[in-house]
Amino acid sequence: MYDIAIIGAGVTGAAIARELSRYQLKLIVLDKGNDVCAGTSKANSSIVHAGYDPEPGTLMAKLNSEGNPMFDKLCKELSVPFNRCGSFVVAFTDEQVETLKVLLERGKKNGIPGLEIVDVKKLLEKEPAASPDAKAALYAPTAGVVDPMLLTTALMENAVMNGADYKLNYKVESIDKTADGYRIHSGSGDIDAKCVINAAGVYSDIIHNMVAAPDFSITPKIGQYFLLDKSENDKIQSVLFPCPDKNGKGILVARSVHGNVILGPTSDVDQDRDDTGTTDEALGRVRQGCSKLVPTITTRNCIRNFAGMRAEPSTGDFIIREVKDAPKFIDVAGIKSPGLSAAPAIALYVVDIVRNCGIKLEAKKDFNPIVKRTVFMELSPAEQAALVKKDPRYGRIICRCERITEGEIVDEIHRPIPAVTLDAIKRRCRPGMGRCQGGFCGPKVHEILARELGCEWKDIVLDKKGSYILTGKTK
Amino acid sequence: MGCRLTVTICGDDIKVTGNTCKRGEIYGKNEVTDPRRMICSTARIEGGVHPVVPVKTDKPIPEKLKFKCMDVINALKLKSPVVAGDVVAANILDTDVNIVVTRNM
Amino acid sequence: MNFDLVVVGGGPAGMAAALEAYNNGIKSIAIVERDVEPGGILQQCIHNGFGLHVFKEELTGPEYAQRFINMTKDTEIKYFLDTIVLDIAQDKTLTVMNSKQGIFELKAKAIVLAMGCRERTRSGIGIAGDRPSGVFTAGAAQRYINIEGQMVGKKVIILGSGDIGMIMARRIVLEGGEVIAVVARSSFPKGLTRNVVQCLDHYNIPMWYSHNIVGIYGKERVEKVVVAECDKKTKAVIPGTEKEYECDTVLLSVGLIPENELSRQVGIKIDRKTSGPVVTESMETSMEGVFACGNVVHVHDLVDFVTEESRKAGKNAAKYIKGEITKNSQPNVFKVTGGLSYAVPHMFRPENLDEKFDILMRVDRVFGKCYLVITEGGKELGRYKKPFLTPGEMIKLTVPSSIFKGMAGKEIGITVEPEEEK
Repeated sequence: MYDIAIIGAGVTGAAIARELSRYQLKLIVLDKGNDVCAGTSKANSSIVHAGYDPEPGTLMAKLNSEGNPMFDKLCKELSVPFNRCGSFVVAFTDEQVETLKVLLERGKKNGIPGLEIVDVKKLLEKEPAASPDAKAALYAPTAGVVDPMLLTTALMENAVMNGADYKLNYKVESIDKTADGYRIHSGSGDIDAKCVINAAGVYSDIIHNMVAAPDFSITPKIGQYFLLDKSENDKIQSVLFPCPDKNGKGILVARSVHGNVILGPTSDVDQDRDDTGTTDEALGRVRQGCSKLVPTITTRNCIRNFAGMRAEPSTGDFIIREVKDAPKFIDVAGIKSPGLSAAPAIALYVVDIVRNCGIKLEAKKDFNPIVKRTVFMELSPAEQAALVKKDPRYGRIICRCERITEGEIVDEIHRPIPAVTLDAIKRRCRPGMGRCQGGFCGPKVHEILARELGCEWKDIVLDKKGSYILTGKTK
Repeated sequence: MGCRLTVTICGDDIKVTGNTCKRGEIYGKNEVTDPRRMICSTARIEGGVHPVVPVKTDKPIPEKLKFKCMDVINALKLKSPVVAGDVVAANILDTDVNIVVTRNM
Repeated sequence: MNFDLVVVGGGPAGMAAALEAYNNGIKSIAIVERDVEPGGILQQCIHNGFGLHVFKEELTGPEYAQRFINMTKDTEIKYFLDTIVLDIAQDKTLTVMNSKQGIFELKAKAIVLAMGCRERTRSGIGIAGDRPSGVFTAGAAQRYINIEGQMVGKKVIILGSGDIGMIMARRIVLEGGEVIAVVARSSFPKGLTRNVVQCLDHYNIPMWYSHNIVGIYGKERVEKVVVAECDKKTKAVIPGTEKEYECDTVLLSVGLIPENELSRQVGIKIDRKTSGPVVTESMETSMEGVFACGNVVHVHDLVDFVTEESRKAGKNAAKYIKGEITKNSQPNVFKVTGGLSYAVPHMFRPENLDEKFDILMRVDRVFGKCYLVITEGGKELGRYKKPFLTPGEMIKLTVPSSIFKGMAGKEIGITVEPEEEK
């Protein structure tokens, strides 16, 4: 019997798991994916928003403004790249300039530091490729970009290092109330827990409805993106937003923490909650939106298109509460933007709810908050030489585009949450994220996985469970 | 690069035009009377730097035997070391064609 | 470690350059190769068609490579295998790395860049849909099948009429797979005609010209693709012509791009048209003493041309080391027009030319009977008849260098003139 079961190993579930792993609890995280971070958390803009956008008084506003400042310490502890690069909301008309003023006021109410409306000259100083047709921009120095996949993975790793269990390919089919709490049913076995935390992303309403009367719904909305080659990053230094409309923050241009360029997203209702397909039409809209912000941007050097689902709550705000008719069942639902930015604060907020539910939280004396990860090319020459001497696999480059060594790949296969698929390796240490999109390194990463896991090449999958790459030996 | 041949068949008479050398005439005639193909593939090898080694037929074989030829190649279980040119299957399918490896391994 | 010459890349280009430099008196040569063995991409090109010019025999890729490997093994040329070049400094010091020696430096008097090329990817051409497994670039599939002995799929559709796609179509059928078709946006093949005949026609694999794959779908593995017809002129998709085809594998043969990350990093001038370094008649780049040859300069169709070009680079690298390259005159620069995509070399100094001068070019469209015309100012320097030109087949035009006499520093025009219709 577990004290707490968390449904969902996205950034929300992972952040909560890490916080709860500070306490003496039997903790398990469940996810239907073949890897952690299999849903929205791996397909988003990667932006840590400053926090002027949410309506004051909402949970979104509170948790965004609290979560944003936590990123420096968190990312340092977890060895996750984070760049507090600032952001601009760009206004092209007088009407939009008024919107900027509204956002500024909102931001002040939300306690966001450093906000100011700047003129086009100031904008172009910091972003020389931005459209000179802009009239003004709202500058938010505290906005940043992070690696959301690495963040989610590292949060989960830290939870597991500190005693949490996890199960993948675990799709929750139904949940029964029991005398001691809840029994979660799935095709891969049952889990008993005193307390359940529903961090199931686009499925959070379905999970809620398994134990209580429906009182909110999630509208899945798909967002499509371009990821551009690093050679395009001379056109963007930070993050550029258009003025927001009823659909959301709009189609942005951002420089990712690794130096790529992210364009997108669109925001269209999509009833297929697992859909991650792209369409020419939507990508065309992204192109249009982005060329308004940065006229010289081109998608000729696109290295990848992707799409992510976001969980739009019918209430318009995060739904984070113990469910009235389901004691010790906690919804953490509707975590759409600014979900990533708020994640560290959501976790603390949920810990309070857990405490108030009556779960005893006794701190572990030996909680270790540190997750180390070696990025070979970021080491000093002396460190590199020492590492290669100790383990020659760090001297062999497998991914030529991103300069990732065999040592790093082998490390990922043997970590607390092992990377066992090609995309899992890609999400954690980047082979396949570069220009050649795995064309050169793919077979090599494949070979390393088969060797380290002691299995046939045909048993290695790309990402999801049935996504085999090879059908068998040729003869 | 290459010639565009026209082959005209009139009963038993076969005429080739468009070739710029004698080889082309022979090729054109053969294509309609007795088409032959070079088969290039790989064979399993033990102890080499890779699990398969590239092989080929040392001469073109009759077109209709191409998949039987693949069966012969696929049944091979070679052992390193081999040298480019080594015959690893002789006179396959009664054709006077050998399978040779095409690199050292 | 100090060498006279360091060659980056141990494929056919690198080996030919190194050997030629050796045969021209340079004995201290190193080849740095990132794979575990030399031979480059030829090791996975197990089909034949190589060497018709250089060896007057028809060889398979590995055989062609083996000839050069054997020749290099007969010399003091030193191989650094499983080794990658991280950087090149302005003084020609290379920073390299491998698992045995870690990161170390090679000092060179001259360098030849021979890094080859890489494949254009799905996102490079923007195919919408899901991102299931089973989508490979043709070269990656080739590596899996021919080097690793692993099969990529059972029911395959191939996009792109480039050589690699056609070669892999035949390969897949021979290994027991099914190929639905080769789908090509253009109305003519981008690869060699020989491959259309020997890979597709001989194996009953259809080529659908003026078609494109507009979507790839599948929850985990490829389940189907959507193919649509394209307008022959504009190549735009014709709405309403979309058809679905069930398959489990998509191979993309949609272009090769010279691999010049290192060149760009070092600051070498790159030609926008070829995506490779701007080179002189000596195959020297904008960085003094750094030469380039093979697919890294421009994508070739025949390895024989790569060998010839690389021998030129090696010979001139040797000359450079010996102090024999002269730069007295202003170079002539080629300006291509009239359907020519590019010409390599991009510029030349007549005093460094041999008696005959090879100019390598590509057209951007198909021409029937035509002339390649070389001009200076308004004056015609040479007119060469060609029966047929197509983008998929590189043109080698050999002209007597004497036609450029007395024209130091002038811009030289090359154009295609279709033959007048009578």
